[in-house]
Amino acid sequence: MTEPQAIQPSAPSAVPSPDRTLAAPVENAPALEMRGITKRYPGVIANDHIDLEVRPGEIHALLGENGAGKSTLMNILYGLAVPDEGEILLDGVPVTISGPSDAIERGISMVHQHFMLVPVLSVAENILLGEETMANAIFLDRSEARRRIRELGARFGFEIDPDAPVGSLSVGWQQRVEILKALYRKARILVLDEPTAVLTPQETEEIFAVLRRLADEGHSVIFISHKLYEVLAVADRITVIRRGRVVGSRTPAETNEEDLAELMVGREVQLTVDRGESHPGEPAFTVEDLHVQDDRGHEAVRGVTLEVRAGEIFGIAGVAGNGQDELVEAITGLRKPKQGRVTLGGRDVTGSGPRKLGAAGLAYVPGDRHRFGLVLSFPLQDNLVLTSYHKSPFARGLVRDDQACEDWANRSIAEYDIRTPSCDVPAGTLSGGNQQKAVVAREFSRDLKALVLDQPTRGLDVGSIEFIHRQALAKRDAGTAILLVSAELDEILELSDRIAVMYRGELVAVVDGRTANREEIGLLMATGRREESKSPIGAEV
Amino acid sequence: MSGGPSGPDQEPATDPKPAMDPSADAGPVIEAEAPQAASPQAAVPPPLPRDPVARFWSVAAVPIAAVVLALLVGSLIILASSFFAVGGFEPLLPVEAYSSLLRGSFGSVNGLVNTVVAATPLVLAGLAVGIGFKAGLFNIGAQGQFLMGALAAAGTGAALAQQPPPIAIGGALLAAAIGGGLWGFIPGALKAWTGAHEVVTTIMLNYIAAAVIGYLITGPLAAPGFSFARTGPVGNAALPIILGRNGHLGILIALLAVPLAYWLLWRSTLGFELRTVGANPNAARYAGMRPGLLTIFTLSLCGLLAGLAGGGQILGTSGFMNASYGTATGFDAIAVALLGRAHPVGILAASLLFGAMRAGSGLMQIEARIPVEIIDVIQAVILLFLAADVIVRRILRLRAARSGVDEIQTVTRSYGEQAAR
Repeated sequence: MTEPQAIQPSAPSAVPSPDRTLAAPVENAPALEMRGITKRYPGVIANDHIDLEVRPGEIHALLGENGAGKSTLMNILYGLAVPDEGEILLDGVPVTISGPSDAIERGISMVHQHFMLVPVLSVAENILLGEETMANAIFLDRSEARRRIRELGARFGFEIDPDAPVGSLSVGWQQRVEILKALYRKARILVLDEPTAVLTPQETEEIFAVLRRLADEGHSVIFISHKLYEVLAVADRITVIRRGRVVGSRTPAETNEEDLAELMVGREVQLTVDRGESHPGEPAFTVEDLHVQDDRGHEAVRGVTLEVRAGEIFGIAGVAGNGQDELVEAITGLRKPKQGRVTLGGRDVTGSGPRKLGAAGLAYVPGDRHRFGLVLSFPLQDNLVLTSYHKSPFARGLVRDDQACEDWANRSIAEYDIRTPSCDVPAGTLSGGNQQKAVVAREFSRDLKALVLDQPTRGLDVGSIEFIHRQALAKRDAGTAILLVSAELDEILELSDRIAVMYRGELVAVVDGRTANREEIGLLMATGRREESKSPIGAEV
Repeated sequence: MSGGPSGPDQEPATDPKPAMDPSADAGPVIEAEAPQAASPQAAVPPPLPRDPVARFWSVAAVPIAAVVLALLVGSLIILASSFFAVGGFEPLLPVEAYSSLLRGSFGSVNGLVNTVVAATPLVLAGLAVGIGFKAGLFNIGAQGQFLMGALAAAGTGAALAQQPPPIAIGGALLAAAIGGGLWGFIPGALKAWTGAHEVVTTIMLNYIAAAVIGYLITGPLAAPGFSFARTGPVGNAALPIILGRNGHLGILIALLAVPLAYWLLWRSTLGFELRTVGANPNAARYAGMRPGLLTIFTLSLCGLLAGLAGGGQILGTSGFMNASYGTATGFDAIAVALLGRAHPVGILAASLLFGAMRAGSGLMQIEARIPVEIIDVIQAVILLFLAADVIVRRILRLRAARSGVDEIQTVTRSYGEQAAR
């Protein structure tokens, strides 16, 4: 498609390409209207007569827990799923969206949680993928593409170097590239799926500024989230979905976090668990001058020293990818450290494998429950003994005792409130929250001195987060030393007695958890320093 | 649905709040969940139904349908080939052929015993492939392991031919187990220590095994006084006949291996570790298992089983081994393991089917004048339908059925992903 002229700022809601316009747009119609959308899957109604109306120039938040039906609704909008009932109207005209390319052509673009970018290609090349601006039949018009990218960036408040390799950009900037990609394709309706999950507070603020500019120019933004304060901060209107139905629609002025949480969960929720007093004792778990290499042989952890006392939660904050994974793997026995010392209860356990560490009293809730924590195709009861299957009463010698496993599973299911039809369904059929509860149930019920929690509530709904936080605090009160690693700053702030910030493989600061300042930690996460400094645009690493 | 086994009197221990939100209920997960990278694990099949019949059907529907469809395709080929060969169109020819096949394999005591004898090596070699699947390993090397077992049994059997039968038989079978086991240990160790992929190493070891046999039987192990290169007679090491005219002791070994394999896989901690490594090697490491050692163990065990299959053939049927000893049992075993869904009982059933086709094909050739090679065609088509199980499920409208043949994923799983850390 050749489109040499730049988008005119005065004509923000571009009309869909002429051949698609069967009827003229209706005056003053909403940019998007979804009416009575119903989608059934065997045994479940994912969307139950959902109505959604998004006006031009509006940031519309779609709020709901995991599994509430947000993604299904957006998949229908993007042409990835066909609704059983209901209709979609763009500018008041009923349309059938046959697939993602059709959706893009109609001006609907999606920014996925996982960026669909090629790291080794430049910004301009990434944007041109699938939407090649041609100089002639054979060659790309790169200079024209560059010019348009610069212009679009400038218009929406960020200047980006079209020739920078995407892999060298920070996550926040990569997200901007995704947004640019959508704008380059003349998107009028932008869907952002949990865009802030990977961002620091500062980056989140910056992205919000971009979204507001977009809205001011007449674009419609659908913002999917389960973070309440963000939704309140950025949205013009909020639609809350629960179990496939719209349970409420609000403007930020007429609601607050408690109200939204109640709508979303269906009952009153305590948003922050009262953490109570902690009574730290002796150091139970120490790490001295630990150096760890990543898979490519780069030093990812560069001399980390920390000490977790019994009965204390020590939080490590940081943007994902600053060496936290390698640190956690090294102290849980999954990766051999290059240098340094780890002790547990006074014993040197440096370089011990997971089995030995487990026997010494260390339990670990891994950050990626699908990668490490669970065998999805195995029954829940096998997963509940995954780290203790070889011990009495679950096995005598080589012989497993299924009955003991089943009894244990039923006890765990009751105690940790794991919602499952039975203990022999594959773990992968449970919802994310219940999968995580299974991991937590297994690890928390071991004989513990220290506990490593890596992103323990990632991707979970409010109810499960509350439950897991309570369990962690109960373990702390029982005298367990807890190391909490999370990219979710709120979680760190809510639970930690002390907070360290990890930046480029080092702990750059340790602050008191009760007096910690959100902005200060955000800045430390982003820059490794306490003061703001200007870094060249688009060149942060 | 949320009730589950938790009784109403059991309160969650540390949660003083009312029961949690019902929307967190179990059930098919509709939304993709949060920022996790694409999981390396296989797609999760829907839970097995509790009713035993439905349970059986959900696992066996695709294999059974694949067999039926392959027989249909086979009848088309029979029709077409007779049309081109004879020039006439005999619509009832496939029926005739299949009924001869059936009578040849099950119609008489001798036929039945032949079926069982033909199935025997397939059971053992099928387990050698199937147990590998359960551990996430694609053991293409069953053929080489089978041959090495056969060679070891032939050599040892000839050497012990004059010893009392218990010693001769025991020694020769032990040699077969060790020979095959060694041929499994090598790729296992290569994978654990260097990350070399077992598909590549086992294929290569198949060739090496054939070459080693050629050398040893034409050279050091060649028995004098024969017009062609072969080992000496196994004499007292020959397996006793326990069933009918030619049903040898190997049948018993194969029958014992089935429950043993089942016990190992589903009742022992070792089998739990093996299946965990197969389903999610990362989780296995996390749980303190040692994937490298387990890989070596599994492939050695697979080799042992395939070696016993080869030894049983030499000691139970032929009584010697020649330089071009060339059955494709180790390759048929792959089809058997896939058709049997890598389950010991399934492998037993699939072996009997393949054994029956082998045993009955002779009568089919005589009566219906259909060449025995049609059996190879049908076996190959069965494999095609298993690999492309989407076709089968579409024909059967098995949308809700459990996943097709998961073992295929082990076959097709890419290379780099598997590389050991």
